[in-house]
Amino acid sequence: MPVPDDEIQQVNAGRRALLVGGLAAAGGVVAIAKGASSQVVPADSAVAGHDMSAMTADPYAAPMEGMAHGDMMTVGRVDHQRNGFDPAPMLTDWDTGTTSLLPDGRTLRTFEVEAVDKEIEIAPGIFFPAWTFNGRVPGPALRAKEGERLKIIFRNYGSHPHSMHFHGIHAARMDGVPGAGLINPGEEFVYEFDAKPFGCHLYHCHALPLKRHIHKGMYGLFVIDPDPAHNPEHAAVAASRVQGTPENANWQELAMVMNAFDTNFDGGNEVYAVNTIAHAYMNAPIRIDKSRPVRVYLLNVTEFDPINSFHLHGNFFDYFDTGTTLTPTLKTVDVIMQCQAQRGILEFSFAEHEAGMYMFHAHQLEFTELGWVGNFDVQEPAA
Amino acid sequence: MTDQSQPARSPLSRFLLVLVPLALMLVAFVWIAALDPLRSFNNGAPPVEGLTVERTVLDRTGIQVLVRVGGSEPMVIAQVAVDDAFWNFAQDPAGPIARGDTAWVRIPYPWVLGEAHLVALLSNTGTVFEHEIAVALPTPKATANQLLPQAIVGAIVGLLPVALGLMFFPAMRGVGRSGMNFLLALTVGLLAFLLIDMTNEALELAADSAALFQGSAMVWLAALASFLLLMAIGRWHGAPVGIALAFYIALGIGLHNFGEGLAIGGAFAAGSAGLGTFLVLGFALHNVTEGIGIAAPMLKSRPPLWMFPALTLLAGGPAILGMWMGSLAYAPQWSALVLAIGAGAILQVMVEVGSYLLRQNPDRQAALFSPAVVSGFLTGIAFMYVTAAVIKI
Repeated sequence: MPVPDDEIQQVNAGRRALLVGGLAAAGGVVAIAKGASSQVVPADSAVAGHDMSAMTADPYAAPMEGMAHGDMMTVGRVDHQRNGFDPAPMLTDWDTGTTSLLPDGRTLRTFEVEAVDKEIEIAPGIFFPAWTFNGRVPGPALRAKEGERLKIIFRNYGSHPHSMHFHGIHAARMDGVPGAGLINPGEEFVYEFDAKPFGCHLYHCHALPLKRHIHKGMYGLFVIDPDPAHNPEHAAVAASRVQGTPENANWQELAMVMNAFDTNFDGGNEVYAVNTIAHAYMNAPIRIDKSRPVRVYLLNVTEFDPINSFHLHGNFFDYFDTGTTLTPTLKTVDVIMQCQAQRGILEFSFAEHEAGMYMFHAHQLEFTELGWVGNFDVQEPAA
Repeated sequence: MTDQSQPARSPLSRFLLVLVPLALMLVAFVWIAALDPLRSFNNGAPPVEGLTVERTVLDRTGIQVLVRVGGSEPMVIAQVAVDDAFWNFAQDPAGPIARGDTAWVRIPYPWVLGEAHLVALLSNTGTVFEHEIAVALPTPKATANQLLPQAIVGAIVGLLPVALGLMFFPAMRGVGRSGMNFLLALTVGLLAFLLIDMTNEALELAADSAALFQGSAMVWLAALASFLLLMAIGRWHGAPVGIALAFYIALGIGLHNFGEGLAIGGAFAAGSAGLGTFLVLGFALHNVTEGIGIAAPMLKSRPPLWMFPALTLLAGGPAILGMWMGSLAYAPQWSALVLAIGAGAILQVMVEVGSYLLRQNPDRQAALFSPAVVSGFLTGIAFMYVTAAVIKI
């Protein structure tokens, strides 16, 4: 994509520019130094000729009409229907594949994943030529249980070679790197391995150049629920993490992938989000029943920036880094950070809270203000 | 072969003969547009996009930028980020912006006085156009308490030095041939400096303007056209001398000062910071030579007294007009155009003053390289160069 140079320029600051202030000062127009040294509210030109010290020096006392500090938002709405995926249902949309029994009594879980090129709207009006798994970014949130045999049938309908490289324990020939499951357009490959270790993991395309294949959208969550039978000392905790069990039913589980998009391909991101769409959960806050605990499966795949982070407002949470333990690796924190491909599980509760909007966002405020911010709409339990 | 060998055509048949190629041209264009022979080149590449910010206005409602769009297709501004934060904005007029068109983008951003801001405009393809606001200052408005101080600044830059320079007129009268040669050569020298300076400024501004204005070509062609036109007008009744030549010099310098005013006004509007009274003095000193230059060709005439204020207004007054226009309606391409026209005018008076100088001397060849002429020319250039150094950092 052409990246036209910044043709933009304001007034050429030649010798004349230097003169201006001096001339202006001589003409009694603006006392620049005076204004710049203290944090006064920008004076409208209508009053600029007056003594600026006569104006209030408290920036908080005199809000500027028309300048809304709360206007930090994208303009418009993304057409989720055209995208083919909606960040709201995506939070709880787990792909559990299909299951069958193996002769030895184990469960065989089969997933089908297709690589597809697709232009997606990542912020209102901004279109990104993405490479996707199953037409969505992030790709399907695959979920299995510890000890199961997994079979992932991968077909490449894209325009470039792709693969699925799982963060898990498997044989080298199932690794999704060149020569081991990296396939050309039109080809198919079946990855097979056991679901282990339990935790919150990911998969992504491992075709080269890697950076491009990742930031174009080829990644997704890969969650392995712990088997309570293998973890007798924390059987109850383990059971609460196994999807479909009565212990798990009370939890409000959310799949969140922190990602970003380099729309002009200059090696820096223009749009940040959790689950792709900038400001999606500001425009449509996530409803939380305050009586039930919340568990977030959080993954960072942001390319180009060294780390990303998650900060929860008005509350603290327990954090299970990589989700491979049943006791928290960090207790009672309100910010965690993750490098790329780092992931973990957050557990928190609003049971003791007032109902209301509780914000969550990256605590790199640049990311926040470029789209990675949302709200939990905490409500009383439905009657 | 004579003209008579061709039968004379009636106006009607001549008109029809012109019509035939025109009609064919129209048919060809329609055919090309309909057939789209370039279709095979369509390789799925995204449209080429271009965007230039022509004006920036900062006031109580936030930041407003006037953008001009270039590129292969109408462009959509999808989002606006200020200092790496997506911000609400309104576009006027709304919708895709056609090639060559402009639109205002109004952003209710709480900018901070005296600090820098970066406005990034994202198109629907995700292309980013950045615009830096180096120092955020409220944009001047056309109110009495804005225009008056600007007029004062314009007067200091334009009128005052010219008036002071013209006051050397009585002292300069009655100089001998060598003195006259020196003064005229001095005038050519200072004009040479202004020509180089203006051309540079015009080209720099042209580089900042939207591609469709073809900045560099516009500057050279406008300068050439203004030079030729002024030469033709000036020589309508023979080469200008004396008072007429003084008025031509005043006109050229006036155009220069207008461009100067535009740039100062524009920089003022964009919030460039300055260094103080020292610079004003430097500038006045720098421009005093303009008055001397205007006076030089009149030394053998007896100009009536009213001519001095008239010359002063013609040469210096445009600085005030430029200040106003530049601060209220600044656009780099128009400033470049004015400077280019001024450069052409300066070149014209250089030629005229030079030829006047030579005509004053019986032996033109000898006069050209006489010590008076060479030292005058070099003194003019050197004086301008040294005083210009005062007003540059």
